[in-house]
Parts: sequence; structure tokens; C-alpha cells
Amino acid sequence: MPQITYREAIRHALAEELERDPNVVVMGEEVAQFNGAYKVTEGLLAKFGPKRIVDTPISEAGFIGLGVGASMLGIRPVMELMFWSFYSVAFDQILNNAANVRYMSGGLINCPIVIRGPANGGTNVGATHSHTPENVLANHPGVKVVVPSTPYDAKGLLKSAIRDNDPVMFLENTILYGDKGEVPAEEYLVPLGLADVKRKGTDLSIVTYGRSVIHSLVAAEVLHKEHGISAEVVDLRTIRPLDIDTVLQSVAKTHRVLIVEEQKPFASVGSQLSYMIQREAFDELDAPIHRVTTVDAPAIYSPPIEIEQLPNPNRVLKAALDLLA
Amino acid sequence: MSKTPSAKTANPAAAPVLPPNDPHLAPVNLKLKTEERIELFRTMMRIRRFEERALRAYQAKKIGGFLHLYIGQESVAVGCCSLMGKHDHVITAYRDHGHAIAVGMGMNELMAELYGKATGCSKGKGGSMHYFAPDRNFWGGHGIVGGQVPLGTGLAYALKYRGLKGAAMAFMGDGAVNQGAVHEAYNLAALWDLPVIFVIENNGYSMGTSQERSSAGELPKRAAGYDMAWGQCDGSNVYEVRALMDKFLTRAREESKPAVVEIDTYRYRGHSVADPDNTYRAKAEIEEYRRTKDPIQVVQNMLIADGVLTPEGVEQIDQAARAESDAAAEFAEASPFPTVEDIQKDVYWEADHPAQRASKGRLFFD
Repeated sequence: MPQITYREAIRHALAEELERDPNVVVMGEEVAQFNGAYKVTEGLLAKFGPKRIVDTPISEAGFIGLGVGASMLGIRPVMELMFWSFYSVAFDQILNNAANVRYMSGGLINCPIVIRGPANGGTNVGATHSHTPENVLANHPGVKVVVPSTPYDAKGLLKSAIRDNDPVMFLENTILYGDKGEVPAEEYLVPLGLADVKRKGTDLSIVTYGRSVIHSLVAAEVLHKEHGISAEVVDLRTIRPLDIDTVLQSVAKTHRVLIVEEQKPFASVGSQLSYMIQREAFDELDAPIHRVTTVDAPAIYSPPIEIEQLPNPNRVLKAALDLLA
Repeated sequence: MSKTPSAKTANPAAAPVLPPNDPHLAPVNLKLKTEERIELFRTMMRIRRFEERALRAYQAKKIGGFLHLYIGQESVAVGCCSLMGKHDHVITAYRDHGHAIAVGMGMNELMAELYGKATGCSKGKGGSMHYFAPDRNFWGGHGIVGGQVPLGTGLAYALKYRGLKGAAMAFMGDGAVNQGAVHEAYNLAALWDLPVIFVIENNGYSMGTSQERSSAGELPKRAAGYDMAWGQCDGSNVYEVRALMDKFLTRAREESKPAVVEIDTYRYRGHSVADPDNTYRAKAEIEEYRRTKDPIQVVQNMLIADGVLTPEGVEQIDQAARAESDAAAEFAEASPFPTVEDIQKDVYWEADHPAQRASKGRLFFD
């Protein structure tokens, strides 16, 4: 199977869907002539032309709102946010308009829009550029939220997201863009709302998503080799809809849960997961649920310290050992 | 998608388009048949009687939330929407009852929506501020000041993308012009030559703050900063509204050009019914407008002077509008509320179409 990067996987998904559906439009800051701020859309302008690949001004409220309006009339815009951090200036368009218009119209209007871009810390860009808003987004019924961790998942999930008739928020990661993984040459889809067990284990369930999956897999290997502990790593892949069943099956097997997320702890995705696990699998738990989150402060700039603010393999390892102690 | 800026000395876009001296002589009005002239009047009357009936229901606590009445502004929505062709689209803010009736929505579904009933146009899920009728090219009904303006620009983008010769009218109040999203939409529309008319319904007050206390400069002139055409007219005369809007709509459809149009109007009621309306304007101001520029009275006088309608004919139209409004209130009263189970319907397309659902997992949480 060919090895391609996470960046290429997303690009291939865009290209295949642009090819398949003439109503798909890719729009955002620097997506066309500049070939993408992170080169995700490189070459798409040359292949599909300026009608399909559209550079916008730095005007997120304007162009995201424009995309929402266009989607109501049958266009399928795939909007790039250069950073998901910039969603705050388009918050009204995303979470008042895209999320609510179907409901407020009694189901008469659909918004088949995808908003995608990177959402992560770890690149020393400070608090304004390091937001991970998947919890905020998922708090709004009406939208779907996807956070892929591998090239395979990124491609299959993005293709599903573009075909989805509901608004989908697709959160990528700049640090993963260069990561390689196996991706089939033939077409495939990964359905939204289906978790993936990235490593099987019996002693501990690490429930995670996004780049934290990569950290958790590293930690799981150390747990296995140095401590004889068998950790299962469950990658949620999608936050909403949520595949809680796969999580609960893992809990029923291991009876111990560590949640790892690049999220501030208060009202995080992990908070919701913890509630659901205790509510639906209380008798299966042999220990309180633990979690590794972003240390609760705005994102620090200082490069070596930012590593410690975010989940990392050492923090996951330590938390796992504490949980099993 | 960039374009070369036009020379400052010869910039037709920067010059205002004024309505013709006699709007009756505008082709779009000259071609109106007698029945069409009566229909414009009838629609304005129906909007007013509908809202007066809604106000009584609100005062009787049959309606929750806010009720932003359009009374005094009827000529704007009716004039603009009477020009709509197959591919023309409308979006507006929360003062949306007039636009809904002007595009042809029925009083029953509108009144029932105010009553929060399952027979409402949005099944009781939207309320007064959130009327929609996509089958009539009416895209709401939006609650956040200015938030609908980028959406309207997106409707125009979709028209252009699909090669359809239509235009979008994005209505807003005079208070919306200071929102950033409006300016972002102006820029995108002008930059990409989108067929959208930004219609500022200037009733003089953004809630309780007068125009001079909230906005610098003349509102439609801001279009010039974006190299966009603009126009301005007195909204009390529905023919004047039609004459001016026809020019811009034709230009948008034929040349895919945006514009900003300010239509001066007035609301007789407070910002919403909850507004006591006694702190920021004098009663005499309202009375003066009502006496001299009431849009229904203006047209009524013209129709009688032209021999199109008799006073008895006016009375018949008025009585029919009152009866239709009363019947709508009875329909709303008799209709069922949505159920608790209905709360979670119409959230996701996929949840409402389980046979076609592609995703897995839980969509709703408890």
C-alpha cells in the first residue's frame, strides 16, 4: 500500500471529491495561488481552476458566512481556516447560522458545508493560534466534529464529510501534516462516528483522538516493553457523532480508563466521555477515570515548556502508571 | 477573481442612482396592470392587519419571546419582493413578517409559528424572528444583527456559480451597517462581482439609538469605499421603491453587479413590543409620519385618485385582511403544540433520514 503524508491524504480527498461533484468548491485564505498556507491544497488550482479553488481575503466572518449561504442553495463549499483558532471571528456564522438554520427552519434548509483546517498547539505560536475548539463546536447540536489522527483516517473521513448533508467541522493538525501512513490507492470512505482501536490491550483503555493518539501509542509501547502493561488505544476519530459503544466495549475489557486529549480540562471532550462512561459502565470500572489534558492556562509560547503543557508520551506514561498503581 | 480598480475620474459605480422624478413613469411601474397595482396595496394591507392581530395575541400572552413589528415599513418589503423573478432570492433579519407575506407565505403558518405551534412554518422551532420558505426563495428570518448579510452574499455566489440569471436581496436595518460582517460581505460582493443588493431599511433607529447617535456619515455612501454602486429613495411610496430597485436588480441579473440601496422608512412601534418607546423619540414624530407618509395611505390615495379603487373597494380589502388575520389567529389557536419528542427532530439531516444515514455513533446526548 502506498505511503503518503497526512497533508497529501487530505489533498487527495479534496481532489477526488472535486472530481466527483461539480458543486464542491474549495475556498479560503491562500488556498489557490499560494498553494495553501500549509500546502494542503497545493496543485489544486492548476488542476481545477479558479472557479473551484478560490482565494479569499482575510475575512473569516465574511467568507464562512458566504459559504454557509451558498450551501443553502446547493453548493458544497469546503472552507479552509488557516488555523481553527480563527473560528472565533466567524463564530456567529458557524454556530448561529450553520448550526441552527436547519432547526430554525423546521428542517427545510440544509447546510452541506465543511470547515477544515489545523487546530493544535505545539508549534510555539502562542495563545491566539493554538486553540483546540472541538469541545466548543461539539457543544452545538446541528454540527458534526471530526479530528483525524492518521493519513488513512484523514482521507476517508474528509471524503465522508464532504458528502455529508450536515455541516461538518474538520480539525486537522499542523504537526501531523508531514506524518506518513499507508493509504490505499483505490477509493474508500471512513464513516463519521466510528472509533478505531489503534492498539489492542487488556489492562487499560486509553481513549483519545487527534495527535494525542500518536502520543498514546508511543506511551503504550513503553508500558508494554518496560512495565509489562497491555494498554488499548481507542481513537475516537469523530467527536460528534460519538462512537461511545466502542469505548464501552474497551472499558468492559480493561476496567480502567485514561482519557488523553489536547484540550483544556474544563468542560472538555473528556469531561463528556467521563460522564458517559460512569453513567453507562459504572460497574465495569475498577478505578476512577484519569485524564491527561492540556495544562489549564492559555497556550504558553516558551518552546520547551509548551511541550510540557500539552499531552506528550511522558505525561501519558506517568498518568497510566498512576492509574494502575 | 481580482479585478482592476476603475479610474477615479470616471467611476460610474461611485455615483448614486436616484429614483426617477416621477416613479409612476418608470417602466417597471408603467407596465403594472390594474389588478397588480391593487395587489401591491392588498399585500401591504395584509401585512399590517396580520401584525396588528399578532400584537393583540402578544398582549394576550399567546405569543412568547420578542415581536418586532414592521408596521410603517410595509412598502419596502412589498415593493422589493414584487420584483422577484424565478431566480431571485431574499434574506432578512428578525423584523421579517413583512417579507414573509410579501413572498407569498400564508398567514396561517406564520401566525401558528408565532403561537409556537406545530403547524407553524418552522414547526414552532423558529418563532417570530426565524421565518423561512426556501420554496419561495426566502431564506429567513435571522436573529443576529447583520449576521444574515454574508449568507445573502453566499446566495448570490451560488447563483453566479451555477450560471443562473438571478439576484439576491440581503435586507438589513440601519443598525446593521456598523457590524463587521456586513462590511466583509460588501467587500466580497464587490471583489467577486456578485449579484446581491444590500437593502438598508433605514427606519431611523437601531433599537433606541437614533442614526445620528450610532452611524457616522451617510449609510449607502459606504458602498463607494468598496467601489460599489448605491442608491437611496423614500420608502413611503411603493412605486419609488420598485423604480429604484428594478434598476439594481436588472443590473445584478444581467451584469452580476452588487449594490447598496438605502430605503428610508419608519416604524410606528417600538424596536420590539417589549420596547416602551418613550425614551428616544417624541410621539409627535410618529404621528407626523403616520399623517403624511404612511405607506398604505400613500398608495391608497393614489389608487383612489387614479380611479383604480373606490373607498368601498379599499374597505373591502381592509375587511378581508382583518378577516384573514383573525382566521389565522383561530387556526393558530386551534393547532397543536409540537411534542417533547419533536425537540430533537430537524437538528441533523441524517437523524431525520435514518435509512440514508452514512455515519455511525450517537448524535444526541443526555
